[in-house]
Amino acid sequence: MSASPPKNIEKGTSLWKDAWLRLRRNKVALGSGVFLVIMVGLCFGLAWFTGHDPNQQSLTNKFAAPGDGHLLGTDQMGRDLFSRILFGGQISLLVGFVATAVAFVIGILYGAISGYVGGRLDALMMRIVDILYAIPFLVLVILLQEVLSSSAGDASEWLVKNWNFPEETTYRFANILPLFIAIGALGWLTLARITRSQVLSLKQQEFAQAAVSLGLKPMRILIRHIIPNTLGPAIVYVTLTIPSFIMYEATLSFLGLGIKAPNSSWGVLIKDGANYMETQPMLLILPGLFFTSTLFALNFLGDGLRDALDPQAAKD
Amino acid sequence: MFRFVIQRLLQGLVVLLVLYTLSFFLIKTLPGDAFTGERAISPEAVAVLKKRFGLDKNWVTQYGLRLKRLVVQQDLGVSPKKNREVALILRQSFPPSVLLGLNALLVACAIGIPLGILSAVRKNTWFDYAAMGFAMIGICVAAFIIGPLLQTQIAMRIPALKVAGWENPLDWILPAITLGLAPAAYLARLTRGGMLEILNQDFVRTARAKGVPPMKVITRHTLRGGLLPSVAFLGPAFATLISGSFVVETIFQIPGMGRHFIDATIDRDEFLLLGCVLYYGFLIVLLNLVADIIQAILNPRLRESL
Repeated sequence: MSASPPKNIEKGTSLWKDAWLRLRRNKVALGSGVFLVIMVGLCFGLAWFTGHDPNQQSLTNKFAAPGDGHLLGTDQMGRDLFSRILFGGQISLLVGFVATAVAFVIGILYGAISGYVGGRLDALMMRIVDILYAIPFLVLVILLQEVLSSSAGDASEWLVKNWNFPEETTYRFANILPLFIAIGALGWLTLARITRSQVLSLKQQEFAQAAVSLGLKPMRILIRHIIPNTLGPAIVYVTLTIPSFIMYEATLSFLGLGIKAPNSSWGVLIKDGANYMETQPMLLILPGLFFTSTLFALNFLGDGLRDALDPQAAKD
Repeated sequence: MFRFVIQRLLQGLVVLLVLYTLSFFLIKTLPGDAFTGERAISPEAVAVLKKRFGLDKNWVTQYGLRLKRLVVQQDLGVSPKKNREVALILRQSFPPSVLLGLNALLVACAIGIPLGILSAVRKNTWFDYAAMGFAMIGICVAAFIIGPLLQTQIAMRIPALKVAGWENPLDWILPAITLGLAPAAYLARLTRGGMLEILNQDFVRTARAKGVPPMKVITRHTLRGGLLPSVAFLGPAFATLISGSFVVETIFQIPGMGRHFIDATIDRDEFLLLGCVLYYGFLIVLLNLVADIIQAILNPRLRESL
């Protein structure tokens, strides 16, 4: 019987295709996705074409009203608010994505190794996670950020002096990088737990056993066969960590511990705005609006992705 | 149960030891010290001061000595910047922080739990959507936006409410709302989820089939189980509220621990800084334990496994 299969056979769909179908039906999540694309486009594209330098001060033109050359007016130093919001958005969004990427890599690897190796190492690694869990997160982020900032400051000074690195760019970078690392280096705990529990069940399955009996090296099995299968739940969790990391950055900057001038972020703008809120409420409200709407979109998209990838949980 | 508590207490001690060690060395690597302030002090004077505070020895010795003093005498040392005992500073700033946290928790429960229950009961109605929309607002609108808005829009219009300060109970209201809105939102979502899960179960259907009045189905059959996730959330949430209130304490100028923590970080006041961190850690460990015990009391299935 070598007949070719019937043409009108039901096509199987993959998990991802299924998820995409469900996500497409979720108008709120889809709208949020579009909104985010626009926001990223504004911050990383239009920002350079507003015709204003975000740090260009003009003391004769303080607190200018919207319109008249400045789309959203100017701030307490006569700087164009719209361009400040867009450039500030670059850093806020970057912190969200880069810190999440850091946490993602650490969390996945840590959880996968812990779950795959098992035994005593697993027990030890998970106790470490338990302990870190019980530690006040923001407190530790602040400490780590301060420590990293000082070494980043030293390093950039050295780079500028000995390697002729462009001064401003290097210093700016040295101000942002510690925040990425501090948040990312402490934000991976839940992800490690999720990945570990996934790996524990995956390694019992036939395809993983087959890989073992084929004589593949453990590292290769882990990276090529196990980890790709853990990504679904991890991605859902990660989309929801991005907004919380953006929130952490803004909180630190609001307290004066995060992003410093000439860099700025939505948190910095909100902090500056709060100082003038009695007379110039727009300086607080406008950056707050950009900040909040982005968090809204990220959270709705995250919820939508969760429902799409885990329909069981979405039944309610 | 007894074994569980002992086990958790021991685990808590390990957590505190790790926290102490980690933050001790992190703080030590911070550049600058409490003596490099506005006034220039001669190097000799700095050396004398350092000796007085025991900062002239190497880090490991200092680590051991201070740990011993902490364990044996419960002594956190003296803050060089404020020239007062760290324990005393913390004891004074502790009540405002806890009060703020408690009030915020009260706000969170008063808003979150009824909202969650009602939206679960009225699932997929306009009320449900509105409540969950509100919850999303609570999650996304940061305290540092709500706080200033409340100050300008409410405090400046109602004479009884002050923009900032911490003198009479009326001053507690706005900070508590600012801090409590986010946990209220999480609580509403958790309560809704927990209630829905119980409402879908067979024994609820049986109760309804028997003709139990709808109100009684909720109060007698569903609430206890449905509120479990929310109860589990409360312990850690309270801990985060107390240890995460820097922003609200800054906005409303509340003389709590958060302000001291931030000041100590900027001033490089290592004794006060370490004291704050340990206090936070201690609170979190304790509250998590209490939360676990309350959960075990409420949930018979959990009790048996302990």
